[in-house]
Formats: sequence, structure tokens, C-alpha cells
Amino acid sequence: MDMSTPLGRGPRMKLVMVGNGMAGVRTLEELLKLAPDLYDITVFGAEPHPHYNRILLSPVLAGEQTVADIVLNPLDWYKENGIALHLGKKVVKIDRTARVVETGDGTRAGYDRLLLATGSEPFILPVSGAGLEGVIGFRDIADVDAMIRASSAYKHAIVIGGGLLGLEAANGLMKRGMDVSVVHLGPWLMERQLDEPAARLLQQSLEARGMRFLLQKQTGELVAGPGGRVAAIRFKDGSEAPADLVVMAVGIRPNTTLAESAGLHCNRGIVVSDTLQTVTDPRIYSIGECAAHRGIAYGLVAPLFEQARVAANHLAQYGIGRYEGSVTSTRLKVTGIDLFSAGDFLGGEGTETLLYSDPIGGVYKKLVIKDDKLVGGVMVGDTVDGAWYFALLRDGKDVSGLRDHLMFGQDHCGNLGHQGHHRAAGMTDDMEVCGCNGVCKGDIVKAIREKGLFTLEDVRKHTKASSSCGSCTGLVEQILAFTAGGDYSAAPKKKSVCGCTDYTHEDVRAAIRNNKLLTIPQVMTFMEWRTPDGCASCRPALNYYLLSTWPGEAEDDPQSRFINERAHANIQKDGSYSVIPRMWGGITTPAELRRIAEVAEKYAIPTVKVTGGQRIDLLGVKKADLPKVWADLDMPSGHAYGKALRTVKTCVGSEWCRFGTQDSTQMGIDLEKVFFKMWAPHKVKLAVSGCPRNCAEVAIKDVGIIGVDSGWEIYVGGNGGIKTEVAQFLVKVKTPDEVLEYVGAFLQLYREEARYLDRTVHYLERVGLDYVKQRVLDDADNRRALYERLLFALSVEKDPWVERAKEGKLAHEFETVIA
Amino acid sequence: MNHWIDILAVADIPRPGARVVRHADIDIAVFRNAEDNIFALEDRCPHKGGPLSQGIVHGKKVTCPLHGWNVELDSGCAAAPDEGCAREFPVRIEDGRVWLDLTAIGRATA
Ligand code: SRM
Ligand SMILES: Cc1cc2nc3c(=O)[nH]c(=O)nc-3n(C[C@H](O)[C@H](O)[C@H](O)COP(=O)(O)OP(=O)(O)OC[C@H]3O[C@@H](n4cnc5c(N)ncnc54)[C@H](O)[C@@H]3O)c2cc1C
Ligand code: SF4
Ligand code: FES
Repeated sequence: MDMSTPLGRGPRMKLVMVGNGMAGVRTLEELLKLAPDLYDITVFGAEPHPHYNRILLSPVLAGEQTVADIVLNPLDWYKENGIALHLGKKVVKIDRTARVVETGDGTRAGYDRLLLATGSEPFILPVSGAGLEGVIGFRDIADVDAMIRASSAYKHAIVIGGGLLGLEAANGLMKRGMDVSVVHLGPWLMERQLDEPAARLLQQSLEARGMRFLLQKQTGELVAGPGGRVAAIRFKDGSEAPADLVVMAVGIRPNTTLAESAGLHCNRGIVVSDTLQTVTDPRIYSIGECAAHRGIAYGLVAPLFEQARVAANHLAQYGIGRYEGSVTSTRLKVTGIDLFSAGDFLGGEGTETLLYSDPIGGVYKKLVIKDDKLVGGVMVGDTVDGAWYFALLRDGKDVSGLRDHLMFGQDHCGNLGHQGHHRAAGMTDDMEVCGCNGVCKGDIVKAIREKGLFTLEDVRKHTKASSSCGSCTGLVEQILAFTAGGDYSAAPKKKSVCGCTDYTHEDVRAAIRNNKLLTIPQVMTFMEWRTPDGCASCRPALNYYLLSTWPGEAEDDPQSRFINERAHANIQKDGSYSVIPRMWGGITTPAELRRIAEVAEKYAIPTVKVTGGQRIDLLGVKKADLPKVWADLDMPSGHAYGKALRTVKTCVGSEWCRFGTQDSTQMGIDLEKVFFKMWAPHKVKLAVSGCPRNCAEVAIKDVGIIGVDSGWEIYVGGNGGIKTEVAQFLVKVKTPDEVLEYVGAFLQLYREEARYLDRTVHYLERVGLDYVKQRVLDDADNRRALYERLLFALSVEKDPWVERAKEGKLAHEFETVIA
Repeated sequence: MNHWIDILAVADIPRPGARVVRHADIDIAVFRNAEDNIFALEDRCPHKGGPLSQGIVHGKKVTCPLHGWNVELDSGCAAAPDEGCAREFPVRIEDGRVWLDLTAIGRATA
């Protein structure tokens, strides 16, 4: 580490940033969040504008937005953050020995850390006439201004390059009234993002709007008119077309001139390490389109933002993040045309392809699968599920279970709440997007525009949309993509536990196990948590990981539990609580019912309700009354408030039912008694039916059991909640003891390996059923070991209601101080 | 004319956590964070009146149990981007006991 400018002592360090673009300013924003006072910051920008959203130049060109709309950080922002800003000044020299940069006009600034974020430049074809007036690239506000001016004075526009950028330029110029032809060398458009059928479909819809295409044409020269301005384009095959404006969109070139002149190693970009430091000089960082990371210079914003986060972390001297590369996806921003592409969409050796093609309807979808994982896809005409496919692809999810429905999108794979009747683009502003928080499309669009939001996380924070049950996430992502431009859904592949750390759930679990960490402060110290005592997201997770890894040794921390689990009752909207006592397998007695009735009257409990889980809910209990209510009920805790074993739903079974093949009620009671008091990553619900008529609805339970004549079928990973999912068949066994062992082993596997707040459905989706079979079915020793570990963990748990009602544990929780 | 009242011992508040103090029909959440700072806010979340005392305390914030707003303990105000504030009461610590200035509530009980 550099010791010459120690943290927190002496004058502040100096950070100089060259390039006032999207990647650079994003880094500053992240840095200011982490360490607002560490640096005196100076920024040089060659353009005369404050930080703006380059992506939205396309809608500006098309006349759908204005330059003022796309400014992200006005000059005030720089002022408020004490940033010295030099606009319209290009840095031409870096003196690495003296640690000083210098601009063309002689302005100098010294640095302790230097951040090069110089972006890239349009590649200009080296043909004769390329320097003529009227020949430009499409990169910045100046280019857009030039195009808009040309559109009002001239008629014929040629765009060279049929990629994303070229098509967006052509669309904009066409909207501005010009005759536009797109010249493209390849056999079809966007060959790096689309396969041929998709490209043909796209071409058709663009032609229908009046765009013309000159495919497989190689530019020979640009010909000047009488006034010296470009007037025509001549191709290698001798043909010609009129051109008063030529936009070159044939590619970009990392802007490395400055870096090279300073002796920094460049190879298709400024070469940087996983910490975004240049390999030549660790004081110098580089991010964005100018940087080459593991041989790749990214040309889309999402990966650059990931880089920004990591670079900021290191600049802030936290030193934890690493950038390990990104998977990217593409959307075309031509209003009215839906196009999405990601990953390896061509397929090839070892891949399979799912195809849907409706040329009349203008829809083409192709998904490429390899080893049961989605590795690429392209969609034209219907891209509602783009974000969902991209998430499957990025996370490397096993899609074998989804195969049948995959093509038809997320709504066909069991997601209730939003049936996808609406596509974000077609929604009006007053249509509700988030049913949980009552957020309409207009609210979201407004927040994105006014507050300059980029990520799903930001939108969640500012609008609350998609922050509760999450079923509208895809819709919100679409709105984000439309409003902010581009596709920002590319969250880092590894998801950290929360903002307090960059470590993942798996990292934390491994650290707890391998280093025998027993308390939350130990974990936070060991893993260098950014916050002194975590937040409301990580503390409950850590508490669970500790208890489930070291049962009997790690001590529960009630202050790190959500109120429901601390009070052992569900908090209601008015601050009162509900009490749901356990009724083993849904069986009760007249005596129990009498006690419930008496308690309800004695404590004036306003509502008594039969729940959807075969038991009775007492709603509206005052917190101070809880211990007394529990004592009088004299029934076990139903854990209706906990990430714990909830209900074991049963049907009447062979004891009464004329079709029953097994005693499902007794099986349910046995299961519930054995797994009673089991904490888990999320709630766990079981059900047992006595025959395949399945009156206990086992198909939507975490574990469902169906009695058949020859034994018991066990199903796992069902869910009846937000992500409705049918349980998958695990195994068939003969005896009730086997049921207990197999189910126990599965639940323990889930307890040990799932991320906090993942239900079994999410866990299974991540690891795949085959993995579970391998651990629970194929390996009998492992199965027994898992089951025994669960039984041990359960043996140290007590009924929390008994502890509080009879032993006075944590009495202060229920007392109010009267002053 | 201040109205300071001796409420309870610092040690009676879980760390980090809160206790509810009722004065003249108003519930006040008295918080203690991991660094033993004490704060007092009216026990009503600026969002929809949720009982802040029941939330998880971290740093100088509490997360409301109803919909997860984060409220700054030293100002009573919701952390950005949320907006709104819970009423805040002056606190004094003497010999390990928490005193609150309840002048704002008006009615004297001592
Ligand atoms: C009481 C009950 C509704 C009723 O009146 O019937 C209920 C009430 C609540 N449910 Fe439920 N759920 C109830 C059965 C269900 C069922 C049906 C079932 O269990 O057979 C489901 C779908 C099945 C499933 O879980 O797969 C269900 C899916 C949810 C979900 C979505 C879970 C998911 O993973 O998608 C939540 C939200 C959560 O847990 O994060 C939820 C959350 C809640 C909460 C705890 C909301 C909250 O956080 O405060 C409600 C508490 C009210 C209270 O204090 O009583 N409740 N909830 C049911 C209690 C059953 C019981 O005896 O324990
Ligand atoms: C029209 C258009 C549409 C796009 N659409 C999308 C999209 O839909 N989705 C997507 O993800 N991406 C899109 N992109 C790409 C995206 O804009 C870039 O990837 C991103 O802006 C790169 O950020 P950066 O900070 O690396 O470079 P830039 O944003 O280009 O910033 C670099 C800045 O550095 C300045 N500079 C260079 N050298 C110097 C110097 N020596 N001294 C001072 N200043 C200097 C430049 O003038 C420039 O302002 C689009 C780009 C364009 C042009
Ligand atoms: S009980 Fe369940 S479904 Fe009903 S409002 Fe509450 S969380 Fe929603
Ligand atoms: S009442 Fe506190 S967050 Fe809603």
C-alpha cells in the first residue's frame, strides 16, 4: 500500500479525472458515496458540456428528447461536491514522475491518483474524402448538432454501418425528414447481434418506415460537390449514391492516445487489472470504453458501471471489489421496434436451439441452450421477456425444468401477479406497475428522468416499485430501459449480501464455517464489513447463518431479528399482533377450541379467522398481552411469524376417507412434530395427501407427500406464493420413517446451502434437482448425516412461547415504560 | 421551561434496540445503538405511522418494521430518498440513566 499520503492525516489526496463521460462520472458518484472527504477532485472534459447521458443522443437526434433532458449532473452538482471542473479542456500530457497532467492551453493539475476515462472515438474509414465537410461520426452532442443542422438544409443522408449505432442514427435522420440509406458491408444487419432471420425481419420493419438499405456494399470514396462539401458516395463496385451528409458508424476505437504518450501499456485499450488499475502504473486507474480488461474493451454502459463500482471501491481504499468481466445484452432504441439480443445467439457445436418464428406477426425468437443453461438469445418484435432471459443467462440458471415453457416467457413459468398483458411501452402513465406499493408507470418514468436513475436498485429506492414482492421487476426493467435508454439490468453476476459488503452469501457462509465464527460482530470484523453494525438486511441473514452452522454454540441475537421473530407474533398495520397457535397436522380438539374462544373473549381480541393453512388466527392482540395470551392458550407456537417450519397441511386420509390409501393425517402430525421449531432461510410449508386426488395441495408446498398404495411419493420445491411453482418429484419410499429421513435430509440441505430469504423453489432453481438427488438419494451416508445434523439442531431449540410465557424470557420486549 | 423526566436505566434498553415509553398517551421510542448513543423519537414512522421502536437498529438508523423505511435516529427524519420526520425529543444521560425533555408534549405528570 502507498504510505506517503496516509488516510485521514495531513492534507487530502488529489484525484484527477480525465474524461467527463458516463463511466468516469459514475465512478465519482460511487466514490463520493463511500468516501466523500478522501480526495480533492479535479475533472477535465474535452466536451463543453456537463455530464450527460450519451445513450440518449439517439432519442435527441430523433427529436424525442432534448439536450436539456439528458443532462445527468448539472454544473451545480460539481459545485456541491467540491469538484474543480474544467470543461472544454483536453488533457494532452501526463508527467508520471511529477504526477501532473497538462491541457492544450497549459492548465496543470497535480495528482495522487489519476483516473483515465477518455472513452472512445468513432472509427473513420480511411477513404478518400473522409475529411470533407459533412462527414461525421455519431458520438457526442456536437455530432448530433451537426446532423440536426444538416437535416434542415439538405436532403440525402448516408449512414455507413448497419449496427446499433448506425440504425439509430439513420432512424433519427429519417425522423428529421431526410432520405436515408444505410450502407452495410455484411450480408445482413447487425451481424454481431442478430442471426440472419432476425436481421431480415428487422430490415423489413425499418424499410416499412422508409429506410433504405445498401447491403454488401464497400465504400470506395466520398466525392466532394462544388462547394467543397460531400455530395456523393462511390462504392468499390462503381455505383454511386447522392450524399449531403455521411455518418460513419462502423465501429469505435478506444481513445488511448494520451495514455500511450505517457508510456502506459495499451493493447486495444489501456490495459487494466481486475482492480481497474493500469498494469503500468498503480496510481493510474482506467475505466470505460478506453480500458481493456482481460482483452476486452466494453462498449455498453452496464459493464462500465460495474467497473465504476469496483474502481470507486479501490479509490476509496476499501480494496475489496474485483471486476471479473461482464456478459452484455443489447437493445435497439428505435421507438416502435423491439429488438433484444444477448450472449451466443448463433449457437453451434454442443448447443441446442429453440425457435419461434412468425413472419406475418413480425415476431422472431431464438434461444440457444448449452448444458441445460441458456447461453444466448435474440428476439425481434416481442422483447417483453428480454430482461428475464438475460437474468437466466447471466446467472447461469439450470433451465431444464423450464424448457417446455421457456419460449413463451416468464408469465408461462408460474409468475402470478402480472400476467404480462401489458408491455411497458404500451402502458399509459396512469397504469399501475407495482401492485404492492401502488406505483404507476408515470411515477417511475418521472423519477428516472428527474433523478437520473440508472439501475433497478435506484428505482426501487426512489419509487418503491418492485421493492416488495418483486413480481413486477421485469416490467420496471423495461420501463427503465425505455426511459433511461439501454439495458441496465446487468447487475454483477455475484450478488453481495447487501450494501454493507461485497461478499456473497456463499462467501459469508464459508467464512463462518471454516473459521468457526460464532457472533455477528466476529463475522463483520473478519469480513471487513463497511458499516459498524450492518443493516436490516444483513443482520438477520448473519444471525441465521450462525445459528444454522453452529447450533447450540452460536447464540441467537434477538436484536438482529425482524420484529415478528423477536416478538414471536406477526406485527399488523396498526402495531398490534396476531397469534396463530400450532394445530398439529390441522387436528384440533374441543378443549383447544374452548381455550381459544376464552382467550379471544378475555383479551378482547377483535378478529378470529380460519387461516389458509388449517389453523386459527387471533388478530389484533396488544403486544403487552402476548405472553398472557400464550400462557392461557397453552398451545405450541405456530411460527406463523418466522422463517421457520409453518404448517403441515393434511387431508383426512385412510382413517376416514373412502379413497385414502395411507394415514396422511398421522404422517403430517409426525412430520410437524419432528420438524417443529426448525428455523430456515425462509418459511417452510409441508403437506401430506392420502391419495393422488391430492386434497392437501401438496404440489405447491416446499415438501409435499402423496400417499399411494405402495408407499409415499415425495415432491420438493413447490410454491404457492409469489413465484407459483409446481413441486418436482424427488423419490418414492415405503415407510413413514423413510419419509422423515428423506424429507429431513432435503430440508437440512436447504438450511445449509440456500441463501437467506430463498425459499426451496429458489434454491432448487439454482442448484437443480439432480444435485439434490445426488446428495440425498444417491449417497445414503450423506442423507443420514444431513438428517442427524437437523435433529441435533432441533434438539437445542425450545418453544419460544413457552420460554416467554412461563420462563419470563426477554420480558422487557413486552413492557411499556410509563412516564 | 424544560420538563426533564428520569425515564429508565440505559442498561434497560437492549443494545442495539429500543424501549417504548408512554407519556400522556404518546408513545416514545427510546433507542440505544451499538455505540451506546441514546435517541428518543415519537414512535410513529413518517410513512404510515409504524412503530419505529419495533424496528432493527443499525448505525444511527432504525428500519421501520412495516415497510422498511430507514429513519435517522438523530433527526427523526427518513433517510433519502424518502421524506418526512418523526418528532424528536431531547435526551440527557446522567449516572447511567436516561432523562427525556418532554416539554413538547406539554402536560406535566411529575
Ligand atoms: C394468515 C394467512 C392468511 C389467512 O388469513 O389465511 C397469511 C398471512 C400472511 N402472510 Fe401468507 N398467510 C397465510 C397463508 C399463506 C399461503 C397459503 C398456505 O400456506 O397454504 C401462502 C402461499 C403458499 C406458500 O407460501 O407457498 C402464503 C404466501 C405468503 C407470502 C409469499 C411467499 C412466497 O414465497 O412467495 C408472503 C410474503 C413473505 O413471506 O415474504 C406471505 C406473508 C404473509 C404475512 C406474514 C404478511 C406479513 O409479512 O405481515 C401475513 C401475516 C398476517 C397475520 O399476521 O396473520 N404469505 N401465505 C395465512 C396463514 C397460514 C397459517 O396458518 O400459518
Ligand atoms: C448514440 C449512442 C448510443 C448509444 N446507445 C447505447 C445503448 O443503448 N446502450 C449502451 O449500453 N450503450 C450505448 N452507447 C454507448 C455508451 O454511450 C458508451 O459505452 C459510454 O458512454 C462510454 O462511457 P465512457 O465514459 O467510457 O466514454 P464517454 O461517455 O465517451 O466519455 C469520455 C469523455 O472523455 C472525453 N475525453 C476524451 N479524451 C479526453 C482528454 N484527453 N481530455 C479530456 N477529456 C477527454 C470525451 O470528450 C468524452 O466526453 C451509445 C453510444 C452512442 C454514441
Ligand atoms: S394476508 Fe397475505 S395475501 Fe392477504 S394482504 Fe396480507 S400478505 Fe397479502
Ligand atoms: S410505516 Fe414505516 S415504513 Fe411504512
